[in-house]
Amino acid sequence: MFSGDNDNLRPPSVGEGRFLASRPVRTLQLTLLTLAVFAFLGAGDQEARFGTLGHKLMCVCSCNQVLLECNHVGCRYSDRMRDELAAALERPDSDDLVLQSFVQKYGPTVLLAPTTTGFNRLAWVMPYLALVLGLTTLVLIVRTWRMRPFRMPAGGVAPASASEFERFRDQARRDTEI
Amino acid sequence: MSQIGSFALLLALALSAYSFLAGLLALARPGAGSERLGETARRAGIATFAVVLLAAVILVIAAFQDDFSIAYIFHHSNRDLPAPYKFATLWSGQEGSLLFWSLLLSAYGLVLRLRHKTDSRLFAHASVIMAAVQVFFLLLLNFAAHPFAIMQGALPEDGNGLNPLLQYPEMVIHPPMLYLGYVGFTVPFAFALGALIMRYPGEKWIHITRRWTMVTWGFLTCGVFLGAHWAYSVLGWGGYWGWDPVENASFMPWLTGTAFLHSVMMQEKRGMLKTWNVWLIFSTFGLSIFGTFLTRSGVVSSVHAFAQSSIGNWFITFLAVILVVCIFFYVKNRSHLVSEHKLESLISRESSFLFNNLLFVVACFTVLWGTLFPILSEWIQDHKITVGPPFFNRVMIPVALLLLLLTALGPLLAWRRTSFESLKRNFLWPVVGAFTTGVLLIIGFGMRPWKDAAYSYSLMTIMLSVLVALTVISEFVRGGRVIGRHTGLNIFSSMVHLAHRNTRRYGGYIVHFGVIVVMIGFAGSAFNREAEQEMGYGDRINIGGYTLVCQSYTQEDKANYRSEWAILDVFKGGKQITTLYPEQRFYKASQQTSTMVANRSTMKEDLYLVYEGRNLDTGRPIIKVHLNPLVMWIWTGVWIMIAGTVIALIPNAAAVRVAAPVRIQAEPVATGD
Repeated sequence: MFSGDNDNLRPPSVGEGRFLASRPVRTLQLTLLTLAVFAFLGAGDQEARFGTLGHKLMCVCSCNQVLLECNHVGCRYSDRMRDELAAALERPDSDDLVLQSFVQKYGPTVLLAPTTTGFNRLAWVMPYLALVLGLTTLVLIVRTWRMRPFRMPAGGVAPASASEFERFRDQARRDTEI
Repeated sequence: MSQIGSFALLLALALSAYSFLAGLLALARPGAGSERLGETARRAGIATFAVVLLAAVILVIAAFQDDFSIAYIFHHSNRDLPAPYKFATLWSGQEGSLLFWSLLLSAYGLVLRLRHKTDSRLFAHASVIMAAVQVFFLLLLNFAAHPFAIMQGALPEDGNGLNPLLQYPEMVIHPPMLYLGYVGFTVPFAFALGALIMRYPGEKWIHITRRWTMVTWGFLTCGVFLGAHWAYSVLGWGGYWGWDPVENASFMPWLTGTAFLHSVMMQEKRGMLKTWNVWLIFSTFGLSIFGTFLTRSGVVSSVHAFAQSSIGNWFITFLAVILVVCIFFYVKNRSHLVSEHKLESLISRESSFLFNNLLFVVACFTVLWGTLFPILSEWIQDHKITVGPPFFNRVMIPVALLLLLLTALGPLLAWRRTSFESLKRNFLWPVVGAFTTGVLLIIGFGMRPWKDAAYSYSLMTIMLSVLVALTVISEFVRGGRVIGRHTGLNIFSSMVHLAHRNTRRYGGYIVHFGVIVVMIGFAGSAFNREAEQEMGYGDRINIGGYTLVCQSYTQEDKANYRSEWAILDVFKGGKQITTLYPEQRFYKASQQTSTMVANRSTMKEDLYLVYEGRNLDTGRPIIKVHLNPLVMWIWTGVWIMIAGTVIALIPNAAAVRVAAPVRIQAEPVATGD
C-alpha cells in the first residue's frame, strides 16, 4: 500500500496503461484457470455414491431436510427412502437413473437441486449469466471511462496556490489513509 | 390489560401518522409556522416510542401472568414455560414479532430524533421517512395482525406453549439481534432517500449514517450467525446453514449491506458511485422488508416461517410503494448523483470495490433467484421444484472464492492507480505463503483435492484465506513500521497506534481477518464424517480416533417437558476425555419433540452427538455421531468480525504530527576585520 502510493506520484508513460491492464488480467485469468482445473480434477469415489446421492435428495416428510440429514424420530419416509437408495445402488443403474426413479415415485420436489433440462436449466444459467453480464458491463464501463481524453487546462498547467496545495495534501491523506 | 395494549397501539398509529403528515407538511411548505409544526412532528415521533414500548411491555406482562384470554399468549406460551422464554414470547409469533419490529423501529427513530441538531433539515427528512415506515407497521398491528386479539369462547386452562425449537437460550437473543439489523437498515435508507429528496450537498449524510450502517451491519451479522449457531445446536442435523428460504432472507440484506459498506468509501473519498450507493441502500432496506414478507406470507415453506397468513399482500403493497417512491425521487433528482471523478485504472482500489460490489450483488441475486425459483417454476411449469443446498453450494462457492481473492487484493491496491510492479512487490510473499500452505496441506495433512470437488474447494478456501491473512498482517506491519519510525514505539504498540489512528480502515481489516477465520471453518465441512448406531449398555462406536461407550440411558419428567437421554463416555487414545449427554425432549404443551445436541467443541473438530430416538423393539437409544472439523473457527471468526466492527466504530485518534523542519536563518559569519 505504502509503496503503491509512491507509484501514484509517477506519471504513466505511453503504453503503460495497456501493460497495466493486460498483464495482471492475464495473470489473474491464469490463476483462476489453474484453480478451476484444480477444483474439478478427479472423479467421484464410487464408495461415496450413497452419500453423494443421499445429499441430492430431500426427505419428503415435509421437514425440508436433506435425506441423509433427516433426524426426525419416527419419520415414516427417511428410513424407507434410505433403504430404497441403498437397494437402487445395488443395481447397475447410473446416478441419473437412480435419481429419476425417486422423481417418478416421489415427484420433482424430491430432488434438492433443479435438473439441467428444460425450464429448470434457467435456474443454473441465470446466476452465471448475471455474473458474466455484470463483469462485461463493468469492464466496458471502466474501459470507456479510462479512454476518455484527459482535459488539460488551456494554457498549460497553472501553478498551484497554497490553498490548492492544502487541498492536494488533504486528498493525499485521504487516498493514503495515513 | 389487552384493552390498554390495543389502545396503546391505536395511539401509536395516530402519533406516527401525525409525525409523518405534520413532518411532511412542514418540509413541503417552509415558512414561519413550519418550524413549530416540524417540532411537533418530531415530538410525536418520540412519543410513538413510549406508546409502542407500553404495548410491548403489556404483552410481556400478559405472558408472565399467563393471561390466556389474549390469543397470542395462548398460542405462544404456557404456564410452565421458563421465565426467559416467557419474555421471548414477545417475538416468537407473527403478531408479537411485528410489535417487536415496531418497537425497535421507534427506538431507532427516538435516537434519530434526539440527535436532530446535527443537521435539523436532513434529520427532519429522515424522521418523516421513518414515520412513514412506522405507520405501515402500526397499520399491520392494528388491522391485520393484532397482538391483543381476545380468545373466543371459554378461557383455556393452559396455553399451547412456545415452539420447542425456540426453547433454547440463543433464541432469546437471536431474533432481537436479527431484527436490530433488519430494522436498523431503515435508518441509512431514510437518510439516503432524504438526502436524495432534498438534493443534499456533499457527502455529509454518509458521514452521519456511517456509524448507523456499521452498527446495523454488526447486529445483522450477529443475528445471522446466532441463527446458524442455533440451527447447529437445536435442529440436530449436524449443519449450521441449510440455505433455507428464511436463512436466505436474512442473508440477502447482509450481502447488499456489506457491498454498501465497501462502495460507500468510494463516494466518501472520490465522489463516485453515488447512484449505485443510493440504490444499494434502497435495495438493502427493500430486501429487509422482502425477507419479512418471505417469513410471514407463507409463500415459501421453511422450518423458521411463521404461519401462513394474509399479511403477505400488505408487504407486497408496501414494497411496491417503496419502489415507486424510490424510482420517482431518483428520476427527479438523478442529476444530483453525478460522479465527481472517473475511474483511472483497472488496477486500483476503486476497481477492486467495483468488482467486490459486483460479486456481492451477484451473490445476492443468486440467493434471491434460488429462493424464488420454486415459485417461478410453479407458475411456469405447474409444479414446484426444490432449490436446496446442492444448487446454492455449487453456485455460491466460486463467488465466495472470488470474493476472498478480492479481499486479499483490495487492501494492497492504491486509490486511482497501482503499478504491476508494486502489486508484485506487495503480493509476492503472501502468494508464496498461500502456495506453501497448499503444498503443506497436501503433503503434510493428506488433503486430496483431486478426489472430490469439495476437497479442492476446501483447499482453495484455506489457501486464499492464508493469502488474505498475510496481506492483512503485512498491512499492519508496514503501517506499524512507519509509525514506529516516527514515534520510537515498538512494532506492536505502533500497530495499535496505527489502528487507533484509522479505526475504520484497520477495524475493517480485522473484520476481513474474522471473515477468513469463518471461511476456514466453512472449509472444514468438506471433511465431515458421521456414524449412527443403536447403543445398549457398554456398546461402542468409533469415529475419527474417538471411542464412545454408552454408560447408560434414562428418562426424566419435568414440568414443561419429558426427556430421554443417553450417557456416553468419550475416549481418545485410550484415555477418557469427557462424558456427553445427548437428549431429546417432548414438550407437553405443544406435543412436539426437540433435540438437545451434546457437543464437544474444540478448534480442531466438533464431536456432535444427536439422540435420535429409541428402537421401539429393543428400547435402546439410537445415537448419531457427527465429526465436524473446524466448526469452532466459524464462531471464533464471528467474534473477531464483531471486534473489528466495534474497533471501526471507535473515533480516530489524532494523527501523529511530525514537525516540519524549521528553516533557521544562518547567523552572519564574521569575516574578520
